[in-house]
Amino acid sequence: MSLKIDKTKCMGCGACITVCPYDAIVIEEGVARIGEYCQLCQACLSSCPEGAIMERKEDQAAVPSEDLASWRGVWVFAEQREGRVAPVAFELLGEGRKLASARGTELSAVLFGASRNDAAELVKWGADKVYYCGDDIFRGFADEPNAELLSRLISKHKPEVVLAGATAIGRSFLPRVAARLKTGLTADCTSLDIETDTGNLIQTRPAYGGNIMASILSPRTRPQMATVRPKVMKTGRYETGRHGEIIDIDAAGIKARTRVLETIKATESGVNVNLQEADVIISGGRGLKGKEGFEMLKELARLLNGTVGASRAAVDEGWIPYCHQVGQTGKTVCPKLYIACGISGAVQHLVGMQSSDVIVAINKNPEAPIFSAATYGLVGDLNEVVPLLIKKLRERKGGQ
Amino acid sequence: MDYFLSEEQLMIKELCAQIAQEKVIPVRAELDEKEEFPWEIMKVMASSDLFGLFIPEEYGGLGKGSFELTIAVEELSKACLGVSTTYAANALGTYPILLFGTGEQKKKYLPDIAAGKRLVAFGLTEANAGSDAGGTRTTARLEGDHYVINGTKQWITNGGEAEIYTVIAITDRSKGPRGASAFIVEKGTPGFSFGKKEKKMGIRASATRELVFEDCRVPKENLISKEGMGFLVAMKTLDSSRVGVGAQGVGVAQGAFDEAVKFARQRVQFGHPVIGFQAIQHMIADMATEIEAARALVYAAARYADSGAKDVTKVSSMAKLFATDVAMRVTTNSVQVMGGSGYMREYPVEKMMRDAKILQIYEGTNQIQRNVIAQNIIKEAAKAK
Amino acid sequence: MKIAVCIKQVPDTAEVRINRETGTLIREGVPSIINPYDTHAIEAALSIREMLGGTVCAVTMGPPQAEASLREAISLGVDEAFLVTGREFAGADTLATACALSGVIKKIGADLIICGKQAIDGDTAQVGPEVAEFLDIPHVSYVKKIIEVNAESIKVERMMDDGSDIVEAGLPALITVVRELNTPRLPSLKGKMNAKKAEIKKMGAAELGLPPEVVGFNGSPTQVKKIFTPGPRGGRKQLEGPLEEQIDALINELLEKKCL
Repeated sequence: MSLKIDKTKCMGCGACITVCPYDAIVIEEGVARIGEYCQLCQACLSSCPEGAIMERKEDQAAVPSEDLASWRGVWVFAEQREGRVAPVAFELLGEGRKLASARGTELSAVLFGASRNDAAELVKWGADKVYYCGDDIFRGFADEPNAELLSRLISKHKPEVVLAGATAIGRSFLPRVAARLKTGLTADCTSLDIETDTGNLIQTRPAYGGNIMASILSPRTRPQMATVRPKVMKTGRYETGRHGEIIDIDAAGIKARTRVLETIKATESGVNVNLQEADVIISGGRGLKGKEGFEMLKELARLLNGTVGASRAAVDEGWIPYCHQVGQTGKTVCPKLYIACGISGAVQHLVGMQSSDVIVAINKNPEAPIFSAATYGLVGDLNEVVPLLIKKLRERKGGQ
Repeated sequence: MDYFLSEEQLMIKELCAQIAQEKVIPVRAELDEKEEFPWEIMKVMASSDLFGLFIPEEYGGLGKGSFELTIAVEELSKACLGVSTTYAANALGTYPILLFGTGEQKKKYLPDIAAGKRLVAFGLTEANAGSDAGGTRTTARLEGDHYVINGTKQWITNGGEAEIYTVIAITDRSKGPRGASAFIVEKGTPGFSFGKKEKKMGIRASATRELVFEDCRVPKENLISKEGMGFLVAMKTLDSSRVGVGAQGVGVAQGAFDEAVKFARQRVQFGHPVIGFQAIQHMIADMATEIEAARALVYAAARYADSGAKDVTKVSSMAKLFATDVAMRVTTNSVQVMGGSGYMREYPVEKMMRDAKILQIYEGTNQIQRNVIAQNIIKEAAKAK
Repeated sequence: MKIAVCIKQVPDTAEVRINRETGTLIREGVPSIINPYDTHAIEAALSIREMLGGTVCAVTMGPPQAEASLREAISLGVDEAFLVTGREFAGADTLATACALSGVIKKIGADLIICGKQAIDGDTAQVGPEVAEFLDIPHVSYVKKIIEVNAESIKVERMMDDGSDIVEAGLPALITVVRELNTPRLPSLKGKMNAKKAEIKKMGAAELGLPPEVVGFNGSPTQVKKIFTPGPRGGRKQLEGPLEEQIDALINELLEKKCL
């Protein structure tokens, strides 16, 4: 692939120069020239008012379509932790079913570890087939056995799509599978779609700190692999009467070069930190001015049976641990109620919470971008608003 | 304005700005509030080689001069004068050894100072001797291989925190000012103790204490230069350090000014950002002009000192006087531009204004600086005839 | 101990703004920095070197400008720096990037490879594990604490979604690190002066023995089809009036929506 300038269209206005992050474009004799610094990032494409910059893909080898067509079926990797299947697996089966129907193909799940009973549950959540391996090697999480066995299964059964949760586990070992199979993997997708004719998976994900969304294809290789954010997709219907096939897999010859010596559960006194499963989240940002501000939010959270979240700014200041962070580099959440206190609403934060059902923004700056994402906006000083809110909620609770 | 800094000078500026931004600004309010000595920041500055800036390469330093130190102090002062005072006072305490120390003394102390392993303080001021150095009461009496020091030094920056002290004491009262001598005293020497930490208006991160000497015996080798050279040592030391105080003035003024401009762009009154009002614009124009003039004078004085010139007293006094008066005016006016917000501790200018006041007082009050400048002018005029 | 750190030069995303009309990123005036996670990787490498001795080299793939980030690494104390650069690497996705980086690491050799968890521009967190796979060595992601390291093995605490794991791996191995791991040091003046003069070793695909079809755009299975900006959210209601009334109104609205 390369980027070329149509010299008949270029006016030499230099709009492309200002957007090029690599200083790769120069104006020579009144027209733009793309030099050797070009990284093919395509930032210039949309900047040209004359449409004079063209993308040329001719140098990529064509792949015979029959090679791609031999890959069929949609797979979901169902991750487990200490024998418990992660909820994201059910969400992926919901999404996977849509993709499989669009392509008129089967939906399968892959489960390493946990019990055969859990494998049967995956059928009820929508899987036509479950590849199950109960070997002890999957008891603690190790990347290599997961990568090795999944790669073997993929090579043998040739699914066209493989999905996994964008969790600590999925995001850690799926890249090894992609590297082994020399295929495309798209991280942390927030929406998926499929072209029914070509079978190309349209994988959409945030990038640049959530400032932009990118749709990504892997048109030349199969399987097309993606990790998908938890809590973004809806679970499929759980049907107790559904039947499917459970195929037992042998982990013979599979070794781990890493060893889990101990597992530590996160706990924090008083307030639950499991943001992704919370119905109510009270989040604080730089406007809280310090650790003390979070004490106030914790009180509100206890009152509403919720959890405390935080913006990256507050976490970077050291006011609250990282496990509370919501946003691009923290957790994505979708509670029923999200109350943002003193959070300005940088896009990086918004991507992590904008799918919440109801968003309340409290900020003293009426121009704060958080208000554009909010269902209800309240302009005021946190130190007045929050205590008053706590007082009024108490009164109502007491009065009931 | 471009002062044509060399590549290395730009590196120093950039590094100090980074330290100010990442390590000082996040904690300055807390250090001020808690009156806490900035050890963490001093450690960062040590590992960044900043303590070795003005110390010759043969002693593990970088062999730079007054101008480089000026740049470093200015950048730090933009963020916090308490921190920059700690750093600058270390240089002040080091100059007697650097300028007058024997080869042995330099070998013994400078490498540790350059590495930032041991902090230094300078002990001159006493209850009855501040601007009037002739009032010094601390004595040092030779007994065999030791000098026995008695007396109390007051308001000593880095007192208690530093490990190496350069101290002025009278060895021969009959000779008046020519009877003073300079000594190196290490923390932990029997008979050497500290008074309580002073409660100050500003620069609260810096430590200020009394140095108490009660029959404190220091080895004879710790005499700096010769007996009777004490006041010369002190005067030359102050000549070298004074520009640094000027640099502190430029720094804190710039720091406060930047806050005021930022605020004036955001604060809306009568439907406009207040920076749109001429009253504010004129204040800002005056502040910017004064800061630039102060910087130009301080830089020129530092470069003049680095040229090897002998008569630096007048120009360094001018730089200290002018830049610190500017600092007081600019920090005060920055508070004014920011109005009620400026007066609140939520914004840094309130602290900057409190901090700036010391610059007109320490290392020779600005009244004394005027005396010094005038005396030099009179001397020059007499010579010219 | 020979430690290699993989770093990436990225635009400071905190400074990136969006042109709402064209939907493109405004990158003008946005400074290039070392990916913040990678600065923690560098710090980890330097502190291990201080403990066990050895050398630390920094490796990056990028345009010639990426040299600046390698010089910055040297100013922090890194011993050697390698820049994988050339037109053939342009347009690389994570797989092609990992292929190039593992190529240079194979060439220089390393007992321990440390990467930042992810880069703040792409946020994929894939290059580290992919490099480990290309090198056929074990890896541990999201390391928040290095408990023990010696010539044979490394013991770390890895962040998981529900807590953490203590994990041991034999060397050579690769780890990716999170920000809790350490506080990156600032450069020293001597380091900055060194960095100015230091030699940055540049390598192209030919020197690494990599055929053109496995690097850059040609070696990238994934392609960006389209880039767009997330749309704003509708249905906003700004509460008004005295504070107390606003709060009453809010509570009523929330009760109505069954949020409380």
